[in-house]
Amino acid sequence: MSIVDTRTPDPKRFIAGATGDWEIIVGMEVHAQVVSKAKLFSGASAEYGADPNEHVSLVDAAMPGMLPVINEECVRQAIRTGLGLKAQINPRSVFDRKNYFYPDLPQGYQISQYKDPIVGEGKVIVSVGPDSKGEFEDVEVGIERLHLEQDAGKSVHDQHATMSYVDLNRSGVALMEIVSKPDMRSADEARAFLTKLRTILRYLGTCDGNMDEGSMRADVNVSVRRPGGPFNTRCEIKNVNSIRFVGQAIESEARRQIALIEDGGSVDQETRLFDPVKGETRAMRSKEEAHDYRYFPDPDLLPLEFDEAYVEALAKDLPELPDDKKTRLMQDAGLSAYDASILVSERAIADFFEKVAEGRDAKQAANWVINDLLGALNKSGKGIDETPVSADQLGAILDLIRADTISGKIAKDLFEIVWTEGGDPAEIVERRGMKQVTDTSAIETAVDQVIAANPDKVEQAKAKPTLAGWFVGQVMKATGGKANPQAVNQIVKARLGIE
Amino acid sequence: MSDLTSLTIAEARDKLLGKEFSALELTDAYLSAIDRANEAINAYVVVTHDRAREMARASDDRIAGGTAGALEGIPLGIKDLFATHGVHTQAASHVLDGFQPRYESTVTANLWHDGAVMLGKLNMDEFAMGSSNETSYYGPVKSPWRRKGSNLDLVPGGSSGGSAAAVAARLCAGATATDTGGSIRQPAAFTGTVGIKPTYGRCSRWGIVAFASSLDQAGPIARDVRDAAIMLKSMASVDDRDTTSVNRPVPDYEAAIGRSVKGLKIGVPKEYRVEGMPDEIETLWQNGIAWLRDAGAEIVDVSLPHTMYALPAYYIVAPAEASSNLARYDGVRYGLRVPGRDVIDMYEKTRAAGFGREVKRRILIGTYVLSAGYYDAYYLKAQKVRTLIKRDFEQVFASGVDALLTPATPSAAFGIADQDMASDPVKMYLNDIFTVTVNMAGLPGIAVPGGLSQEGTPLGLQLIGRPFDEETLFAAAHVVEQAAGRFEPTPWW
Repeated sequence: MSIVDTRTPDPKRFIAGATGDWEIIVGMEVHAQVVSKAKLFSGASAEYGADPNEHVSLVDAAMPGMLPVINEECVRQAIRTGLGLKAQINPRSVFDRKNYFYPDLPQGYQISQYKDPIVGEGKVIVSVGPDSKGEFEDVEVGIERLHLEQDAGKSVHDQHATMSYVDLNRSGVALMEIVSKPDMRSADEARAFLTKLRTILRYLGTCDGNMDEGSMRADVNVSVRRPGGPFNTRCEIKNVNSIRFVGQAIESEARRQIALIEDGGSVDQETRLFDPVKGETRAMRSKEEAHDYRYFPDPDLLPLEFDEAYVEALAKDLPELPDDKKTRLMQDAGLSAYDASILVSERAIADFFEKVAEGRDAKQAANWVINDLLGALNKSGKGIDETPVSADQLGAILDLIRADTISGKIAKDLFEIVWTEGGDPAEIVERRGMKQVTDTSAIETAVDQVIAANPDKVEQAKAKPTLAGWFVGQVMKATGGKANPQAVNQIVKARLGIE
Repeated sequence: MSDLTSLTIAEARDKLLGKEFSALELTDAYLSAIDRANEAINAYVVVTHDRAREMARASDDRIAGGTAGALEGIPLGIKDLFATHGVHTQAASHVLDGFQPRYESTVTANLWHDGAVMLGKLNMDEFAMGSSNETSYYGPVKSPWRRKGSNLDLVPGGSSGGSAAAVAARLCAGATATDTGGSIRQPAAFTGTVGIKPTYGRCSRWGIVAFASSLDQAGPIARDVRDAAIMLKSMASVDDRDTTSVNRPVPDYEAAIGRSVKGLKIGVPKEYRVEGMPDEIETLWQNGIAWLRDAGAEIVDVSLPHTMYALPAYYIVAPAEASSNLARYDGVRYGLRVPGRDVIDMYEKTRAAGFGREVKRRILIGTYVLSAGYYDAYYLKAQKVRTLIKRDFEQVFASGVDALLTPATPSAAFGIADQDMASDPVKMYLNDIFTVTVNMAGLPGIAVPGGLSQEGTPLGLQLIGRPFDEETLFAAAHVVEQAAGRFEPTPWW
């Protein structure tokens, strides 16, 4: 495979070495566990978190005479993912055996797809930034292919002094291996790619993207070169399990390679591991020790074939994806690119927002979701799925503002109360007497009291009309913030005789 | 009672239903025959006396209750390659020591569903790799046949040598077998029995220890053509646990017995006339041609030009698949484990001790032909040859030929520990020269006795059919059987 360089070298992405600038080249292989009740070739549960060896069928344990049977749901999910990656769907693909010995690989081979994957070339648009000027840059990262394969089991080495244990719960679970082209040129871009890929998978519901549970892992290929120069030898960093570590691994690996070359050495093609504690990569095995996997078509499985209509039906039922949603929020709801990006970054946030915005002012809804809700969630370290304030509750708060029942300021207090105590916002406002005073006579009384108590200020205000604000503040204070600010403003100005 | 074992399945079935004797009596007759003969013949690796009698009693109940199945009370031997619940299932290999599955193969489950009785597990070449049943961990099976005036022990053929020997020696009414390159047809030919390898996909492979998945197919070995038809009807089924099994109704094969072959076009492929083939094989073939012609079939000369490449291609494809299929025997989860310093050492010691020479040879060949740098030259090329072989057959069938007639083997049975065979594995592999093409093309093939060699040992003819046209094979094989007669060994054991 020849590598096509799709990117123009840009000094803003260069990193300085002792002998000049360098450019980082990154490509990724992401293993994403397919959302499916059962495993790829057996009926055993694919659920995470069971006791060891609870979810193991005769097929998963590779008992003699057992045969794999393809799980159609996993095929459906792979096609949907391919569609989400704007990729070519191959109506005929082939399962191959990748042969190697390991105790947690019961068959002695992994069923994967080698020459004929289910999904071909596609692309992901990644928004990278903001840079120092607050600007975002859209980068297109090519997808080389996506294929289906089985996960292996897990070897457990810390349960016994001399023996290792094997847990086959994961054995045979369906994975999608998504291979990018080497189109990324910085750790930031790599992080943004992985984040975006995860967002797309979560929108599609084809992978839960939980990297800490291992449902998504990345193998990162890193090389360095002189800007615009020929590609160099790459190293593969295996099984990086967080987006942050991907960034760290790339930076430290690039530094290592630059130092090596600048010292007159060369990079050996090898597989490396990232040590998050030390923040550096170390060699795992070199190319010479690389396995010969002896791939060949699995004779237990017929080629996987489906027709155009099957793919079309899946395409028709695909949910709106983040890029499309972002465009729609900008065009139809008039949101800024920045706000729209934040709202579509997670499907759950977008869903939350759309529920709040339904039948309400979209910009106001966006402000509340982004500044108040996401702000509060961020501060308390909670995810959108753990929000104490539901979309209905936030919507009710916005309705109270719109009906002039409460002021924007009171609304912030109300949000706090709903956050900590829960409850129906309208009912809380009623019970706690938070309703804004719109009764003109009551406001007039309060204004008159403030005016009477401050004759000097009244004089000053006649010369300097901006002082009206001070009176408004005093009245708000006297009414415990409940007075309608516009009404107070009008009455103050009328009483002071200023316009 | 011992003459009960001389009955064919069809005869026993009718007499059981006529209550002339009980299923238990029939089973006991076989069990005592086995107890008398097995030490000499070594056809069974395990005899399941208790289970057999228990199953026979249940059959008697069903016969009494009028709910008898198609094979009710018929005592069968099961090749050790089939998983049988709670019973020795080791593919006659040391590496599967002590393995008793908690599941039942689809084929045997089908047989039990139809009322058949299991007598025990039959010896075979280790992992079905061999043509003489000498590679078994449990020692060679001796053929019930001997040459005229000779005490030399002959091989029963392989890999289903235990199945063929047990059927020929009347140690079961019929037996299950499997055929990857000739493992049903060659032993059937060597023992004067009838064996059919049905179309690939006709029987489920689920629960059969895999040798070469794209070639393996189960089938029966029986005393005569009718019995083979009766057994195949019960064994065959589509199975959603084997996606290479085919969803087609299973015909009543027995109904094809006696069907006329008048007007059938029988092809005689010239490429099966190989150099150095004994005259008696040529004579056998000519006899077969004459019998079918006399019965009204039209005999046509045909050409299958890629035949000569079939055996070398087979010995690439089959070992390649086997090298991968046998990777699971690693000492981790079941079977033999020889302790080692670390896990790699354990693998090496276990597999070194667990596999016999022939199995190791094939794992090595298979590993080699799949290796980086050799894959295209060997495996890929062999697959291309396979496509050409398949096309050869397709073209002949497209020209209107209904079935092909060939010899089943290039010679009669040879002696156990034959020096010629032992010195050169390729000589052993040449036993499959007429049978492997059928596996490579996924077609049905039946071996039926056609006569005796000058030394008085059986010779078999092979009929090859269109995909899923086993009925024509049964009809034509029955014509051959009627003309050639049946051949039974004289007991020496």
